[in-house]
Amino acid sequence: MTHPKRPPIDSRWVLERKDFNGLFEALAGRGYAVIGPTVRDAAIVYEEIQSDQDLPEGWTDEQEAGRYRLKPRPDRKLFGYNVGPHSWKRWLNPPSVRLWRARREGGGFAVAPETERPPRVAFLGVRPCELRAIEIQDKVFMGGGYKDDIYKSRRDSLFIVAVQCGQAGGTCFCVSMKTGPKSNGGFDLALTEVLESGRHYFLLEVGTARGAEVAGEVACVPAGKHQRQAAEARVMEAVSQMGRTMDTSDLRGLFYRNAEHPRWEETAARCLLCANCTMACPTCFCTTVEDTTDLTGERAERRRTWDSCFSADFSYLHGGSVRFSPKSRYRQWITHKLAAWFDQFGTSGCVGCGRCITWCPAAIDITEEVRAIRKGDSGKKE
Amino acid sequence: MSDAMLPALYRVERMIKENEETFTLELEPAGAARKGAVFYGGQFNMLYVFGVGEIPVSISGDPRDTRRVAHTTRAVGTVTRAMRRLKRGDLVGVRGPFGNRWPLEEAEGKDVVVMAGGIGLAPLRPALVEILARRKKYRKVVLLYGARAPEDVLYREELERWSGRADIDVRVTVDRATRKWKGHVGVVTLLVPKASFDPLHTVAMVCGPEVMMRFAVQALRKRGVDGGRIYLSMERNMKCAVGFCGHCQYGPHFICKDGPVFRFSAVEWLFGKREI
Ligand SMILES: Cc1cc2nc3c(=O)[nH]c(=O)nc-3n(C[C@H](O)[C@H](O)[C@H](O)COP(=O)(O)OP(=O)(O)OC[C@H]3O[C@@H](n4cnc5c(N)ncnc54)[C@H](O)[C@@H]3O)c2cc1C
Ligand code: SF4
Ligand code: SF4
Repeated sequence: MTHPKRPPIDSRWVLERKDFNGLFEALAGRGYAVIGPTVRDAAIVYEEIQSDQDLPEGWTDEQEAGRYRLKPRPDRKLFGYNVGPHSWKRWLNPPSVRLWRARREGGGFAVAPETERPPRVAFLGVRPCELRAIEIQDKVFMGGGYKDDIYKSRRDSLFIVAVQCGQAGGTCFCVSMKTGPKSNGGFDLALTEVLESGRHYFLLEVGTARGAEVAGEVACVPAGKHQRQAAEARVMEAVSQMGRTMDTSDLRGLFYRNAEHPRWEETAARCLLCANCTMACPTCFCTTVEDTTDLTGERAERRRTWDSCFSADFSYLHGGSVRFSPKSRYRQWITHKLAAWFDQFGTSGCVGCGRCITWCPAAIDITEEVRAIRKGDSGKKE
Repeated sequence: MSDAMLPALYRVERMIKENEETFTLELEPAGAARKGAVFYGGQFNMLYVFGVGEIPVSISGDPRDTRRVAHTTRAVGTVTRAMRRLKRGDLVGVRGPFGNRWPLEEAEGKDVVVMAGGIGLAPLRPALVEILARRKKYRKVVLLYGARAPEDVLYREELERWSGRADIDVRVTVDRATRKWKGHVGVVTLLVPKASFDPLHTVAMVCGPEVMMRFAVQALRKRGVDGGRIYLSMERNMKCAVGFCGHCQYGPHFICKDGPVFRFSAVEWLFGKREI
């Protein structure tokens, strides 16, 4: 161990595969629960993990529209897969969370805020497109006049270990969305996994002072020119493997001026309104609230749960839903992602991760939809 | 948990039956912390009935009364029906106020046309009350109000009082008249050509069902009122009221925080489209 206790920000180091568990130990030592990739139910999902034993070593996946298949790799890579059905939002904006409890008291009732504090969490294996998705949700929940405490309390204590992409999947299009396959910031530490002539190591980049403290406790040596270039080459491979593309020119204008387009009916005829796309998407943030009472009627609580613009209830007003047709719901979703998001948050709502394509049972493909809308673009005026 | 998500307790001080379906609740803060909060016309609160649910309801009282806040609600479903059963002394949860206000400042020095359909009069009442309290700041003031039937007319006593004033032109119409009804019959838009105001120097504030608002805008523009001086209060499903839940999106707008009051010219491109 020949490195300083506090490696400088932006410095690069080499972490050997055999020393990888040092990262788990350093994080655990600082009180973080580590959330990372692991194999479960024939997919790579994110869960709390304890050591490198839990990582999907030697596994990869094949992805196409409506199709995901887990597959062994010919090598022992830890991060040789593409993003799976889970995204990190389930820790920052949990699928179901209590907002408060109330109790009958005297003739009335009293409301008590939720006091349970979220655990300190470290994400291990955040991909560049996912980092961008987190930045986007930061804007949603913390960028406006109201700050969401649920999100903010989790986000403030979050530690991020990113993994730069060394391969891309069949439904990936981060290059089109300018979100990957390499990230230049937004992480505490970033890893690039390299396998060359029998040597298995990680290029470790230090992103923040917090990251430096953790890196200071891990066995690593300064990276040389060769290792930096090897890591760079992995990223270039990912660029060349991008399975999808999207022409992003004037998406906002495109969708706003094509609210009426024959394509909407065609896509709606295929869409099952299952909401898989919105649940899997790392930026979709919509929620609903559920007010419930216990059997005695003495205690009540409100929970916030994930919701989807694909449901009829979502737009319900007394007398009926505003968006009653499937067509209007699919249109709402994609128009929000690719147009309204720019007005609301100054960024695209899509990072090109491909989840909505892979996990759609009807194989509806957002990149294909953009092409189809462009084809029948009703007048490029405006 | 931030204050915005946590209901504050308010006590029902008065429950006024307006008509068969509609009632007004006058609420006062049950704790000391919220005393003196100001609620402006156009804004709304999220009202929670214990164990039942929470809904958006506009402020319908006098904003200058910082002691209490009033809401006029039509019982249509689960929460509103439970709310109708509340009595003096009962507690409700209140989150708010949320949203923007009617453009009372912009309207100063101009004619004001207020158009309401049905329960849509409730959100406009605070604006009318304030305009009448500072009557000199405005030129002509016109209220055009449409109800389904004579017995549905809201705030009857107040309307009669206003009708007696020379400085406000109150016109009420009903869809279905009874024998006793002496007023106008027909949709509220038919009143627009009859009222006296200067279209080039008018600010119009409109609230009612979306179809009513569509025809109201048409009639106002036909008289020459510019779309940039017509304001509408929009309605969508709402769960959080602070822009997180996504339910109230209307094109790029979150109705809860960018509205509910919108300048017509800003939403014109969305307004005609179906299922937005
Ligand atoms: C900004 C705003 C201001 C409003 N001001 C008033 C007012 O001053 N007076 C009044 O009588 N009504 C007002 N409404 C409408 C009122 O919120 C609905 O009538 C009410 O939500 C119906 O609830 P419910 O449970 O009784 O009906 P149900 O039909 O049982 O509805 C079930 C749920 O759907 C949602 N929902 C149904 N209708 C609406 C709706 N129109 N708007 C929003 N959510 C809805 C609610 O979450 C409701 O609990 C306003 C709505 C908005 C958005
Ligand atoms: S819209 Fe689809 S491709 Fe884009 S970020 Fe969401 S899940 Fe990924
Ligand atoms: S687009 Fe696909 S994933 Fe999304 S709701 Fe429709 S069928 Fe489900």
